[in-house]
Amino acid sequence: MSPDFWIIVTAILAATSCGLIGAFLVLRQNAMLGDAISHSVLPGLVLAFIITSSNSVLPMLIGATVMGLLTAYLTELLSKSGLLYKDASIGIVFTFLFSVGVILLTLFAGDVHIDQDCVLYGEIAYTPWDRFIYASTDLGPRSVWVLGGVLLANIIFIVSFFKQLKITSFDSEFAESVGISTKKWHYLLMTMVALTVVASFEAVGAILVVAMLIIPGAVAYLLTNNLIKMLFLTAVVGILSALGGFQGAVIFDSSIAGFMAVFGGIIFVIALFYKIISGRIQTQ
Amino acid sequence: MNEHPPIEVHDLTVAYRKKPVLWDIDFSIPKGKLIGMIGPNGAGKSTLLKAIMGLLPLVSGFVKVYGKPLNKKNNQIAYVPQRESVDWDFPTSALDVVTMGRYNNLSLFGRLKKEDIEIARQSLDRLGMSDYAERQISQLSGGQQQRVFLARALTQNSEIYLMDEPLAGVDASTELAIIELLKELKEQNKTVIVVHHDLHTVADYFDWVMMLNLRMVKFGPVDEVFNNENLKITYGGKLNLLSEMAEKVAQ
Amino acid sequence: MDFWEQTVRFFSLVDANVRYVLAGSVLLGGISGGIGSFTYLQRRSLLSDTVAHSTLPGIGLAFLIIGRKDQLMLLLGAGLTGWLGALCVNYIISRTKIKLDAALGIVLSVFFGLGIVILTAIQKSGSGNQSGLDKFLFGQAALISKSDLYILALLTLLLTVLVVAYYYKLKVFTFDPEFASSLGFSTGWLNLLSSTLLVVTVAIGLQIVGVVLMAAILIIPAAAARQWTQRLSRMIMLAVFFGTISGISGAYISFLAPHLPTGPWMVIVASFILFFSVIAAPGRGALSRLRVHLRNRKKMTREHILKVLFKESMSRNKWDIYYPFDQIMQMWSFTSKELRRGMRGLSKQGLIEVNEAMYKLTRDGIKEGSRIIRLHRLWEVYLTRYLDLPQDHVHRDAEEMEHIITPEVEKELLLLLDKPLFDPHLQEIPYLDYEEANDES
Repeated sequence: MSPDFWIIVTAILAATSCGLIGAFLVLRQNAMLGDAISHSVLPGLVLAFIITSSNSVLPMLIGATVMGLLTAYLTELLSKSGLLYKDASIGIVFTFLFSVGVILLTLFAGDVHIDQDCVLYGEIAYTPWDRFIYASTDLGPRSVWVLGGVLLANIIFIVSFFKQLKITSFDSEFAESVGISTKKWHYLLMTMVALTVVASFEAVGAILVVAMLIIPGAVAYLLTNNLIKMLFLTAVVGILSALGGFQGAVIFDSSIAGFMAVFGGIIFVIALFYKIISGRIQTQ
Repeated sequence: MNEHPPIEVHDLTVAYRKKPVLWDIDFSIPKGKLIGMIGPNGAGKSTLLKAIMGLLPLVSGFVKVYGKPLNKKNNQIAYVPQRESVDWDFPTSALDVVTMGRYNNLSLFGRLKKEDIEIARQSLDRLGMSDYAERQISQLSGGQQQRVFLARALTQNSEIYLMDEPLAGVDASTELAIIELLKELKEQNKTVIVVHHDLHTVADYFDWVMMLNLRMVKFGPVDEVFNNENLKITYGGKLNLLSEMAEKVAQ
Repeated sequence: MDFWEQTVRFFSLVDANVRYVLAGSVLLGGISGGIGSFTYLQRRSLLSDTVAHSTLPGIGLAFLIIGRKDQLMLLLGAGLTGWLGALCVNYIISRTKIKLDAALGIVLSVFFGLGIVILTAIQKSGSGNQSGLDKFLFGQAALISKSDLYILALLTLLLTVLVVAYYYKLKVFTFDPEFASSLGFSTGWLNLLSSTLLVVTVAIGLQIVGVVLMAAILIIPAAAARQWTQRLSRMIMLAVFFGTISGISGAYISFLAPHLPTGPWMVIVASFILFFSVIAAPGRGALSRLRVHLRNRKKMTREHILKVLFKESMSRNKWDIYYPFDQIMQMWSFTSKELRRGMRGLSKQGLIEVNEAMYKLTRDGIKEGSRIIRLHRLWEVYLTRYLDLPQDHVHRDAEEMEHIITPEVEKELLLLLDKPLFDPHLQEIPYLDYEEANDES
């Protein structure tokens, strides 16, 4: 298989797993919490590197999940205390944690194999060379395995708990009244977001992962009112932005992750104008 | 002044998200009256006040104040919004909020004068709030917050007052203070429109009543129009057709 | 030591470069605090993050168009796309069902992605290595030059003048936009002004803090300042002060270790100021809340002691007995530590007399106990009479209210209930102290 093939596979896996879980962020109006988590997994990641001095997957996932949950919890704590507005609480918690991450990264630059650029926009172009080797057999790029695993986990999570996710997103008061804890599902969802983000981190970086999380879900949300259709549409948009992003980057010789975000943006703009124009035609 | 009525509304239609919420409103308000505005939830009472204040775009019609379009710069009308409309955690004191009624007189780079502060203090005093002048507004009770809003309107020294549910959810003593104030304003020949929710007190508090439900049901002196028949029309379910049409227009 | 030498060199300002760096950081920290106060109060904290990220493609485009690193043009480009980002957010939420949070995330990531695409292309084209454009991501205060500083100073001055000129209008617009509009102020214009102030501040911060963390420098000092004061003017001044401290610290650290980026350090210092404020601010902070909580608990324990002793004495109709510690403990669910402390406090207040680990109510103690029992029973009467609650439902509520009812409320209750003699459980309501106080007056 050519490296390009593996890059595209990685991009598609990242875009679909982020998109599917991100669709629920869009529905719950928690998109910026997704942005916050995508930034604040960084110190968890770096600490995992420093402590284990390896880039094995498990410590990385644990560190990131802890930080992701910490972000969700601290944000809740600060805004519930009435001391700070909710939007500011989000902004403060993640910028602080991210700053800690960046400083740890520069202080321990020698021990940690990710650098500042990777943090911001990922290194998807290098992922084909980071191989997953088990019992001295080369099983292909590591990122494909990690992202594939996370995508599978996300699909299982969404399919098994579809009812709970749907009810808590749509009408939290009703959910509470039938005994489904909004809080529990909020934190479970944030755990999945943190896992997904950290798996995609190497490929697309902290900031561009937000594009994969939010744009596909938002496009689908614009185009349909049916949750199941919305999820399928999300996956389609995710795949399209991965393919388009790769092509764009090849043509302009530039960042793949950056182009994935831009291409997602283009799809969004098309959906937006389609919606506005078709709305106008209907009223006439 | 002149012979023009304080407020004249002609053929006013207001829509929210393409859906009309006020329909063909026509009225002209006599000077020096206390007017209560009643109607069910969603009848468009707040919307009408906002439309008069020019806070909402009109689909059709016009509002005239003393025969001319409203000039907001000279404090012709003082507006008292609903209490929920602001952030009560804002870093400001009761006195500070009341002085906002004087901001209109400030030029670029202008600063508040002693006299502005003095006027604000007097207004607070008129509503029995002098002791709370320096309190942060979130530490005031609901009734006290409402009094602060009314004091702010007083500092504008306007001829016309529009008040959006000033009596909703306030304590008995605040209600008394507000009613006192309304009487004082009437004695000074000011014109006051108050959105009101308590039908039992309409006859006691107001001279005229405006009965609203998407359109103007009845407007006139309390003893002439405030009767069961008109109340039934205002609060009754006869509006299905109108709402249905509104839906259709929206599509 | 090298560290001390460097520190002296930094703060003695002998180095021209140090002076520029310091001046730039002070300007930035100060103006961010000031403008950030409005940003924070207008709930635009996350919008400022989106605006900051949206400046990146502007920087890249300006560089591509003019082909060199001209500070003024880069800032202009940054400002333009930052502003465009804010407009896009507005457009999306006003024209579609997409909510603010998603709109912010979309604009942020797409603009940032575009910026990365352009910067990567520049870097790969070869001219980029000297461009130093990547420094705009996390900021590098040390690279600031004299001419950069002039631009920053000019922009800061401009912003200050605008805020002073429109202070009252911005204030009333931030607090109550509808009322501002009813005064005839154009909310459209004030909205535009607020966005412009935000965008220009972000542009000022790009070189020192960088795109990624600029929002933090706007919000965090303002959020910290909010904890200390209830006046907007003081909040702004404090935010300017906190911002300045963060700016100086960031510049200092990045002077000591030039390979460390400035932005993250500024954010960390500002965050510590915020953390301290949230804990320690008087009246609002966590510590003072804890103090109030503890004081209330102490008061409640003392009132419970008085209450049970009063009840016991009343039922025996003997007021002169000393009760042993263990017996009192069984009258209520006190812990022994609680009770001991409560007794110590009460005897200091002269409400309890102690005699060899035996306790008795003093005259004042009897009056105080009577007051608490009365409040409890009055409230029960009120609830049964006015809320039609059955009498077995009122005790728990009264248990709480007895500690809260003020003398004014008590007077109102007595007036309303016409001074009842018995509570719903047909227990007598004591008026011991009340009569006495009224006789005296």
